Amino acid sequence: MSTTTTRGVAQPAPAQASKPRPRRGLRASSTFNFWLFTGPFLIGLIIFVFVPIGWSVWLSFFEARFTVTPSEFVGFENYRQVLTDEDFLNSLVTFTVFAAFIVPATWAMSLGLALLVNRLRFMRAFFRSVFFLPTAVSYVAASLIWKMSLFNGVRFGLANTVIGWFGVDNIAWLASPDPPWYWLVIVTVRLWLQSGFFMILFLAALQNIPRELYEAASIDGAKPGWQTFRHITLPQLRATSTAVILLLLIAAYQAFDEFYNLLTKATWGQPPLVELYKMALGENQNYGAGSAGAVVLTVLICVVTLLQGKIMGFGRGEESK
Amino acid sequence: MSASSNMNWDRRNVLRAAMGLAAAGGLAACGGNTGRSGGSGDALVQYFHAYGEAGVEQAVKRYAKAYKDANVATQWITGSNFEQKLFAALLTKNAPDVFEFHPQIQLIKSGQVADLTDIVEPVKDDFNQADIKSHTVDGKIYGVRMIDDPQFFFYRPSMFEKAKVEVPTTLEELIEAADKLTTSKVKGAFLGNELTAFQHNVIWSAGADTLTADNKPAFNTDGVAEGLKQLRGLFTSGNLLLGAPADWWDPSAFTQGLTAMQWCGMWAMPVMQKALGDDIGIFPFPKIGSAGKESVYNGGWSMFVNAKGKNVEAAKEYVKWLWIDQKEHQEDFATSYGFHIPPRTSLAQSATKLKSGLPAEGVKLFNEFGHFDNIGWTQAMIASFNDVMANSVRKNGDPKAQLAACEKKVNAELKKLFG
Repeated sequence: MSTTTTRGVAQPAPAQASKPRPRRGLRASSTFNFWLFTGPFLIGLIIFVFVPIGWSVWLSFFEARFTVTPSEFVGFENYRQVLTDEDFLNSLVTFTVFAAFIVPATWAMSLGLALLVNRLRFMRAFFRSVFFLPTAVSYVAASLIWKMSLFNGVRFGLANTVIGWFGVDNIAWLASPDPPWYWLVIVTVRLWLQSGFFMILFLAALQNIPRELYEAASIDGAKPGWQTFRHITLPQLRATSTAVILLLLIAAYQAFDEFYNLLTKATWGQPPLVELYKMALGENQNYGAGSAGAVVLTVLICVVTLLQGKIMGFGRGEESK
Repeated sequence: MSASSNMNWDRRNVLRAAMGLAAAGGLAACGGNTGRSGGSGDALVQYFHAYGEAGVEQAVKRYAKAYKDANVATQWITGSNFEQKLFAALLTKNAPDVFEFHPQIQLIKSGQVADLTDIVEPVKDDFNQADIKSHTVDGKIYGVRMIDDPQFFFYRPSMFEKAKVEVPTTLEELIEAADKLTTSKVKGAFLGNELTAFQHNVIWSAGADTLTADNKPAFNTDGVAEGLKQLRGLFTSGNLLLGAPADWWDPSAFTQGLTAMQWCGMWAMPVMQKALGDDIGIFPFPKIGSAGKESVYNGGWSMFVNAKGKNVEAAKEYVKWLWIDQKEHQEDFATSYGFHIPPRTSLAQSATKLKSGLPAEGVKLFNEFGHFDNIGWTQAMIASFNDVMANSVRKNGDPKAQLAACEKKVNAELKKLFG
């Protein structure tokens, strides 16, 4: 880090002769600089995150149908309604199933992609970009492509064409909850959309592993391949893995777009946010109960995150390993 | 890293911060486009759902442009959840002044839609009386019907002939026909991807109704349960087209030969006739059980004025101008793109395109078997019956238990509406 310091000192200050308190004043006022740089972000955070959270906590204690400025205080009635609502409780089960599929699958897939791309000797930038590109695609657009061209129920849909080669009958992937083929559609679309992003995180982490470790291992007789991966690469990726799993879990909790677009008018496979949307923004317009559900969900996410941090040691840093 | 080294200013950092702020400012400037043009008092916004037929959007905008007394902006709402977008928008300051929807009493009870009796009353006798009835609450008329859209089955007579199948009049016959018509390339029937489009017909064809005359649930009968059970059999038979890229309201599955029968609306006739010529027939939803009767759903769209809008009077004037006075626009709207039945009796009688052939048969089914919307049957009730279809036809739920659960929800809604 010495370079920064040297540069800062060595560099001549910008010409500010006309001002009465030049460089020294600015430099001394670290509080001012702090607020200058964090201020805009903080204002956005307060307006778009904290105020809505506060408002929704407030709403959750009111009878708020067809209004967001209610007057009838109902105490914990909305919480009682949400916590006894079978649909909402089922949505938590749906979430758990979804997370059980998507978190390990994305973790493995993005790590695999990162390992592959990392080994490339040429065209690495090309493949890195190709795998990263889906991150820029909207979830809604991707869901519609999955629904209408890849996994539609007619004989010329891509998935049905492929299984047709093996003499398997057409499947209406999204029509029926039994067998639950819809999970295949939902998991693959999310896998495609988010693997690239996490691949980049793993790639950065892989490139941070010191070469010497591999050399030392090789001298000690470790075979390249699985043994090296298991005992060198994987432990070195621990911090990144923890962060990736945490981000994946939160993203899974927030899943909405693909479920909403793929499972129209279904009563199965509805994650918490879809249920809350129906409650607050659908036909019912019950903002009180919807807010209570949102608060319950927020608390759940916090608890899970803290627990996960405790178990996997997130934020403990490299030293404590 | 020492703390002080963090706080150093250099030109590059200052520049970066400045550019960041500029970019943020640019972003903040976006998002102000609400479709309104400035503060003029007579700027109106109208909401339309996206009609599938080519040319409708242009026509709606053309009519709006021809109106001289106000500047009418049209928002064309694509996607399958028009009602949710509409309901959410109505709560905000950017709510439309004029919007199309179906007659539903919660909009009236909550004071959302304006009383249009004064503009409809003078021409009341020229409307289909069923349409007037479905828009009337306590003697006041709350919307102007634009089009009536009968919905029924379309079938391919050539395929029926080949498979030696007669036009079905009972649900059993329909299921049997679907089985005989299914080949490796063609499915017997297409009832929509979600199997909810015809949900009211299941009720009517079984001899029941959505609500009684005094607004009590009337759909929870053994006949309806039996119909749901039979439909579950059809769903699992492999003879239904499911997961089609274009849903039931679009004629693609039918015109592309993916199915021998399709539940659709009269609006799709022009496209079907162009693709298939005379090889098209229609029949109502067949009857369920011995107490049943065949049924057609006379859906459609109506214009409403947002009573909480800023320009209620101007909006009423516009609705009167277009949907009461401008008969040539009304006829153009009803017959130039898709086929719809004009709710104005005089127009329905003079509309030559509906006088012969398949459209005339459609009009006949509309008159003979049609059921209109019940204003007391609201979106929340429709949504809870969607769940009945999902749970007892697509999922293997017990129809009777599902109907009972739905009845409970509908009763709760009715209690909120009527006390």
